[in-house]
Amino acid sequence: MTTNRCLSVLIHRAFVLVMLAAVVACGAPPAYAALTIEIIGAGANQIPIAIAPFRGENGASVTPVIAADLTRSGVFKTIDPGGIVPMPSEPEQVNYAQWKTRGAEALVIGSIAATADGRHEVRFRLMDVVKGVQLAGFVYQITTPQLRLTAHKIADVIYEKLTGDRGVFATRITYIVKRGNRFELQVADADGYGAQTILASNEPIISPAWSPDGTRLAYVSFERKKPVVYVQSLTTGQRTAVANFLGSNSAPAWAPDGRRLAVVLTKEGGSQIFTIDAEGRTQPVRITTTQGIDTEPNWSPDGQWIIFTSDRGGSPQIYRMQATGGQAQRLTFEGTYNVSPRYSPDGKSFTFIQRNGSRFNVAVQDFASRQAQVLTDGGVDESPSFAPNGRMILYASEVRGRGILAAVSSDGRVKQRFTETGGDVREPAWGPLINR
Amino acid sequence: MKQWMTMIAVVGVLVGCSSTPKEQEGAKVEDRQPVVAAEPKPVTPPKPESDTRPLTGDQAGTMDPLKDPSNVLSRRSVFFDYDSNVVKDEYKPLVSAHAKYLSTNRARKVTIQGNTDERGSREYNIALGQRRADAVKEMMTLLGAPGSQIETVSFGEEKPRSQGNSEQAYAENRRADIVYQGE
Repeated sequence: MTTNRCLSVLIHRAFVLVMLAAVVACGAPPAYAALTIEIIGAGANQIPIAIAPFRGENGASVTPVIAADLTRSGVFKTIDPGGIVPMPSEPEQVNYAQWKTRGAEALVIGSIAATADGRHEVRFRLMDVVKGVQLAGFVYQITTPQLRLTAHKIADVIYEKLTGDRGVFATRITYIVKRGNRFELQVADADGYGAQTILASNEPIISPAWSPDGTRLAYVSFERKKPVVYVQSLTTGQRTAVANFLGSNSAPAWAPDGRRLAVVLTKEGGSQIFTIDAEGRTQPVRITTTQGIDTEPNWSPDGQWIIFTSDRGGSPQIYRMQATGGQAQRLTFEGTYNVSPRYSPDGKSFTFIQRNGSRFNVAVQDFASRQAQVLTDGGVDESPSFAPNGRMILYASEVRGRGILAAVSSDGRVKQRFTETGGDVREPAWGPLINR
Repeated sequence: MKQWMTMIAVVGVLVGCSSTPKEQEGAKVEDRQPVVAAEPKPVTPPKPESDTRPLTGDQAGTMDPLKDPSNVLSRRSVFFDYDSNVVKDEYKPLVSAHAKYLSTNRARKVTIQGNTDERGSREYNIALGQRRADAVKEMMTLLGAPGSQIETVSFGEEKPRSQGNSEQAYAENRRADIVYQGE
């Protein structure tokens, strides 16, 4: 339920600039990377893959993006195609022996051609070098601004064909950048490119959460001098304060149907979990009833359960309850501080933050076995969330006092670091798989 | 004042009654003065150097007690121990003073803002900061402040007063602030 504020209050509010957010693939985002991503650790048994520059590519920069995506996943080792003459772009042009000598097991070939109406036709094929057969091939008719996204889609196809998992190269991430007293909620491609500011403010912004269809973000803003939950459309830039009750309003989490949010409200005394309609039009329904702290709700992919942080047992631990509320089962039993739970996309495990001594690290626990595994050793890690293919966990950390983002594979092997020039980055959330 | 007027009137009548104005030994108005002066008047004692006056609200012309540095009401922060939301004894006079002020100034409203140090989950720290603000409010209402005049909110770790990760910075950030509406 939104509170109507009179104009005088608006004047007293901190200056907030809501950026018009036409964050769609067809826009022309800036070509530089706002976030730089480096690989720190690589996976075992990397697949050696060669990516031949596409015929007609010139400066279009498609194969470099494919190569960077595959390398960044930690699952592939790219083989240098330089010196192969002629460079193949069609299957009949491939001399498999040459590529085998280079150590490649897979090869990507393709072409880019201009069409009569000023667009581009991009063709690619993924070849199995060992067997000498085609594994996949697609053709795309696209506009110039869509070239980068198309490269990501090609990388997704390659990734899925060779690993069996969905690729996430065409997804987006959100995070908050702090520069001095300025806070910006940004959305960027999963490789850090094309960052766009969704909200700029002189007051903090935390807890961004993607709607399941990727078209809206919920977040907590302190622009009214207290935490208030907003939902903002990424296509129109319009936003609504969906939880602005007496006291504090925070920790938004979307139900899988995209119609409701779980939030934490203090309007009835203490931090308790409520569900509200995603447009803020109905009264909130309280679903926890303790005298303590219940916070950080997160819905299961099938919408049946909510996991959350509670100190009802004397220390903050992770619990699970039915999405309608009721009795909760405790899930974490190691140590005195387990918080920030997030379901994996397949619903079989959850990631969370575990404190050991004075260090806070990312961990994963399997529901069935109840086994927990600590994945990081940084010590100030927070806000973990899964990539939508369940393979990587994105989280916030610090290096030499500066806020950075990082990602670790669910087996702990692959490690990435995301840095932002001139600012602290925090509060990341990985967006969903959608068709763009 | 009225006695003056009566005296003058009486004198005037007396003077007017004689045919020739003579130098009378009539009572000049000034001569009456001692009579009037003899009427006891309260004597204002000399003002001492430091003026201690009773603090009631809305006294025109006095310094706002909420901003007077010599008044406990100008102090607004309650500090907490690690992982704690217990209001320590040393802050009870401060909380009590604000509680009394609110109960005698029914039009004033406050927001109590809870804060934490930067360690741990941001959302869990919102909840911890809220607990600190609520603890101060609870003490105030027990001391008679109407709850309807007090809102409690949390900034968690998001608006630290002190940057950095020293123990001193942490201690300064574990804090509830009492902020009056309109400040």
